[in-house]
Amino acid sequence: MVEKERVQTPPKGGVFVAHARVLDAEDIKRAIQRMAHEIVERNHGLDNVVLIGLQTGGVMVAEMLTEALSKISGTSPPQGTLDVALHRDDIGMRPVIPEAVTDISVDLDGATIVIADDVLFTGRTIRAALDALCDFGRPKEIQLAVMVDRGHRELPIRPDYVGKNLPTRISEIVDVSPEGVDLGTVEK
Amino acid sequence: MTKSDIEEILDLTDTFDEIGRRPIPKVPALRGRTVATVFFENSTRTRLSFETAARRLSADTMSFGAGSSSLSKGESIRDTVEVIEAYGADVLVVRHPAAGIAQRIDNWTDALVVNAGDGCHEHPTQALLDAYTLRKHKGSLNGLRIAIVGDIRHSRVARSDVLAFTMLGAEVVLVAPPTLLPPSLEGWPVTISYDLDEVLPTLDVCYLLRMQNERISEGLIPSVREYTADYGLNIKRAATLPKDALICHPGPTNRGIEIEAAVASDPRSVILDQVSNGVSIRMAVLFLLLGSGRNLGATSELEGGQ
Repeated sequence: MVEKERVQTPPKGGVFVAHARVLDAEDIKRAIQRMAHEIVERNHGLDNVVLIGLQTGGVMVAEMLTEALSKISGTSPPQGTLDVALHRDDIGMRPVIPEAVTDISVDLDGATIVIADDVLFTGRTIRAALDALCDFGRPKEIQLAVMVDRGHRELPIRPDYVGKNLPTRISEIVDVSPEGVDLGTVEK
Repeated sequence: MTKSDIEEILDLTDTFDEIGRRPIPKVPALRGRTVATVFFENSTRTRLSFETAARRLSADTMSFGAGSSSLSKGESIRDTVEVIEAYGADVLVVRHPAAGIAQRIDNWTDALVVNAGDGCHEHPTQALLDAYTLRKHKGSLNGLRIAIVGDIRHSRVARSDVLAFTMLGAEVVLVAPPTLLPPSLEGWPVTISYDLDEVLPTLDVCYLLRMQNERISEGLIPSVREYTADYGLNIKRAATLPKDALICHPGPTNRGIEIEAAVASDPRSVILDQVSNGVSIRMAVLFLLLGSGRNLGATSELEGGQ
């Protein structure tokens, strides 16, 4: 099936070989639609809602959610991007990518932040993101939206909005792109 | 260092520059690491910016100044370095009036050594922050015409800048009286001029160096006033510099000598940008050394590893 070189996202190097397509492009669109509705429902609208996409995979999810939200409510919520590389607990094992910029121009004091990411795995990225966001202000609430929850949590973190719950083996890799969600492995 | 090494550091510096603009400009990247500034010579900018950079990355800092140390009791540099390492320093940021001392200290210690200026030899992080400043304002150094004006002979900044600027594709012209040029410029990828007025209208960047009073007693210039008359950047001269050109100075400036006070606050002057970019560049350097899982090792000197 699909083969892609994994250049940016860790584990660095190697080639991702997809074994099964879990969601196709249409499935992703439907999941985004549903999550967008859930975000509006839970927050009684979009007042003070800010979407933050985590670099690099979450940015795409945040953009898709923003687009869906603006269609639903007529206004698009402010959006930002966050690179958590320098807040990680496994720093040094992952590269800091200059293209992965942090861009949060909106005031986060009192905001309801929805963190968007592609895959929720151990929860360590989200832990780092929570730390990083608190350097920008004191949000009223932080929620989490992920395209895929693949299990294997190592921290007490759970998502608020999930595109797809996907049981996986720890050795497997989940790849999310606008074309679809693939389950596979990385071959050297 | 190669062109791509420099470009990697400059690219990464954008990341750290953004951190500096956050409401809480601090990340936990280097928690538990210790950065020691070991300065055998005075400094305001280099030392403060390295310490600020280390703290913004949550590293601990240790500060050694020659004046207040046991050097005055006759303790050797080597013993001093070993003591600092024994206190747990992971990186030694070293400045010393003797050329090559960073390399020497690197042989004595397992800690990583960053050269923060060694005599008249090199000042690599200054060159990096200068390149970063110019790149930020001009997009790229490629094809820029840069004059470095003043006491080239004694300037480690000039030596490092020439290397970095030319490596990144700029054309460098050195402007100074013959006595303030190095005895030999063989192998330097530069052109030379003795006439600032002639060069100014052709420049993209005018980089001024500090004029030191000691040079008069050494007989290298007849008087500071004569130097200022021939090579000082005054308002009249600044008017002949193109509108989009930049004015740089590594500091500390002698207002009224190499640069007229009003010129230092000219809109084209990026002297304070250089200072604030110094923190971001040094964050990138410290992070690459300690936090990236890679080892630049002793080749942190600009000329190292070529």
